[in-house]
Amino acid sequence: MIRNLALGLIGIFSAGAARADWALNMPRGVTELSQETYDLHMMVFWVCVAIGVVVFGVMIYSLVKHRKSSGAEPAKFSHSTMAEVVWTAIPVVILLAMAIPAAETMVRLEDSRDPDMTVVATGYQWKWHYQYQDEGVDFYSSLARPSLEARRLGGNTDPFSVDNYLLDVDNPLVVPVGAKVRLLLTSNDVLHAWWVPELAIKKDAIPGIVNETWFRAEQTGTFRGQCAELCGKDHGYMPIVVQVVEPDAFQAWVETRGGDAPKFASNDE
Amino acid sequence: MVSTPADLHDKHDEHEHHGPAKGIGRWLFTTNHKDIGTMYLIFSLVMFFIGGAMALVIRSELAQPGLQFVHPEFFNSMTTMHALIMVFGAVMPAFVGLANWMIPMQIGAPDMALPRMNNWSFWILPVAFGILLSTLFMPGGAPASGWTMYPPLVLQTGDAFPFLIFSVHLMGISSIMGAINIIVTIINMRTPEMTLIRMPMFVWTWLITAYLLIAVMPVLAGAVTMLLTDQFFGTSFFLAAGGGDPVMFQHIFWFFGHPEVYIMILPAFGVVSEIIPTFSRKPLFGHDSMVYAAASIAFLSFIVWAHHMFTVGMPLSGQMFFMFATMLIAVPTGVKVFNWVGTMWRGAMTFETPMLFSLAFVFLFTIGGFSGLMLAIAPADIQYHDSYFVVAHFHYVLVPGSIFALMAAAYYWLPKWTGHMYNEKIGKLHFWTSTIFVNLTFFPMHFLGLAGMPRRIPDYSTQFADFNYIASIGAFGFGLSQLIFVYVLLTVKKGEKATDAVWDNPKGLEWTVPSPAPYHTFDEPVHVDRTVAFPQNNP
Repeated sequence: MIRNLALGLIGIFSAGAARADWALNMPRGVTELSQETYDLHMMVFWVCVAIGVVVFGVMIYSLVKHRKSSGAEPAKFSHSTMAEVVWTAIPVVILLAMAIPAAETMVRLEDSRDPDMTVVATGYQWKWHYQYQDEGVDFYSSLARPSLEARRLGGNTDPFSVDNYLLDVDNPLVVPVGAKVRLLLTSNDVLHAWWVPELAIKKDAIPGIVNETWFRAEQTGTFRGQCAELCGKDHGYMPIVVQVVEPDAFQAWVETRGGDAPKFASNDE
Repeated sequence: MVSTPADLHDKHDEHEHHGPAKGIGRWLFTTNHKDIGTMYLIFSLVMFFIGGAMALVIRSELAQPGLQFVHPEFFNSMTTMHALIMVFGAVMPAFVGLANWMIPMQIGAPDMALPRMNNWSFWILPVAFGILLSTLFMPGGAPASGWTMYPPLVLQTGDAFPFLIFSVHLMGISSIMGAINIIVTIINMRTPEMTLIRMPMFVWTWLITAYLLIAVMPVLAGAVTMLLTDQFFGTSFFLAAGGGDPVMFQHIFWFFGHPEVYIMILPAFGVVSEIIPTFSRKPLFGHDSMVYAAASIAFLSFIVWAHHMFTVGMPLSGQMFFMFATMLIAVPTGVKVFNWVGTMWRGAMTFETPMLFSLAFVFLFTIGGFSGLMLAIAPADIQYHDSYFVVAHFHYVLVPGSIFALMAAAYYWLPKWTGHMYNEKIGKLHFWTSTIFVNLTFFPMHFLGLAGMPRRIPDYSTQFADFNYIASIGAFGFGLSQLIFVYVLLTVKKGEKATDAVWDNPKGLEWTVPSPAPYHTFDEPVHVDRTVAFPQNNP
């Protein structure tokens, strides 16, 4: 046991780095609101950087110049009403400037009116269930088998050999590009949260409550996310995969699933 | 009646026979604020290492993708227990320990106002944490639902459940008694010339913190009691099937939880506000506005709780309110940081270990404040929420925030407590290794969170491997660095004798008594030299 632990630790710290793609920042995402969220995030970030440069700059200058070892004599002042008023007022102005665009985005995020289609996502320990309200399609979406095999404690499969380790499912959520998809979220047991960073959506799935959110993906592709609310032992193993496809492909997919003709595609024609 | 500090100094030599009792009884039955303060501090250090060991289990498992060491359920127990132990066992008791030691000495009081209750409020803690730690060995394992104890998940806890609730109750009782004691002491036992506004910042921040504790610990007790009755007595406060509301728990919990985070940082503000003036050789800049800022932060802490819940599905107006209120906290917090910089400005700084920890506090707490401001922006928070960005944020304000302030305080007052100077070289080594490794641990977590890694997961996709690996190296480095602190404590008695003032003309009554501080100080109301005790009015 202890030997294994020691060996394991040695293994960890000699494992070397850099084998997979990594990101430093939030993805821009593929919806209008994900881009807006990204812009807000970057705006606040740069405001913080600017404040940081000023405050830390003054502080570092002081640390260099006002040290006893370089012969500084301490000044006597203990307050300055003027300075204090100024550095209370300036942050208020900066905050107001940030609050306004944030509030505007907030309003748009909450506007789930007139959706093109509605999907009910229900959290289970530990998988998702999707029900397309108009198309008559429903299915469970669980962790894909290759990940399932590689995730075992003491397993022999190297996670790096698995494509999209822990971020792949057997049945992804398929939606048409350009459609306003309303997502109704609830849970069958404990709290879960549905999070796909590139759609800029995170919403809790709560037993006894139906939560509402929406997205309109503007490009096709596969977008991956995870449950974001601790839901028990396999919380890390209930990913979310959204495939955004052309309306035709969506219709074909619905038919193979044995559902009705999708409302969105017919409206579009 | 009224004596000067100099008289007092002589008198203490005559009072040597009032020393502590002998043997274990001294510690079990003591009502002496210094003994109790010492016990609080040692207890919190022990808890710091236990909680730290759990953090290292977490970081070992997360060092690379795949499961190497522990099962997911045990991993969840580790995150839960790590948080409960660090919050309630390490940070809070450490600040109470400082309060016990320093508040009577800073306000010229002979002891805490309620010494027997003081003994009780300490001795409840080992019992509470004994119970909590014993759950590790219970069927079903230790609590694994996160320190936030959200239902319905927390109701799936095994045999540990009632023990979790009971230990939280005990921690709450201890905190409430400690807070009452601190308030009564500060209000009633100041030496007559020390008006409220003249009090040192550490005393002020603790007074405000104590009010926060009294206001919110009963709320936590109520919340966990409702969990208990939901589990065992057929109520449905939080159970949707019985007409209850799981989200209500979150509102109640965070009504406690947000003031709680200020309970852990306000005394840190106080500590830093004591240390920076001493080593800048200048009075604290804007003492009075610092008091108002701390009070504003405390007030605002009651009306921002739902910013922890932007994803639960609140009405738009609710989200707006909590976003704006949260952003507002940046104003008084900014005032604090600016005033510390104003204190340093045109001072004559030296960089002993307490000052180094305090300066790192100002830098790194401010970084945590920046990420806090980002988190306040509700639409962006929807992306950050429950990701490693949040983990990075709260560890920046708690580790190089609260913990660094505690380290600064320990180095600052250690000579007063022990009568000996610690080893400055080793202290600086402790500082530099801690600072390097704390950043190595927590800074990459910002990137992980932004890239989409959720918190509280035992395993992750391979794209998160590199930064997790770096964070794990940092965590082991930080953990080992803290052993240097233990070495400092164990060898402090070998250091040279400390003078009464210890530092270069520090301000405050604690520096007028001998080092080590006699078992009883300020038996009589002391006449204070105003330039010593109230520097803010007498530059």
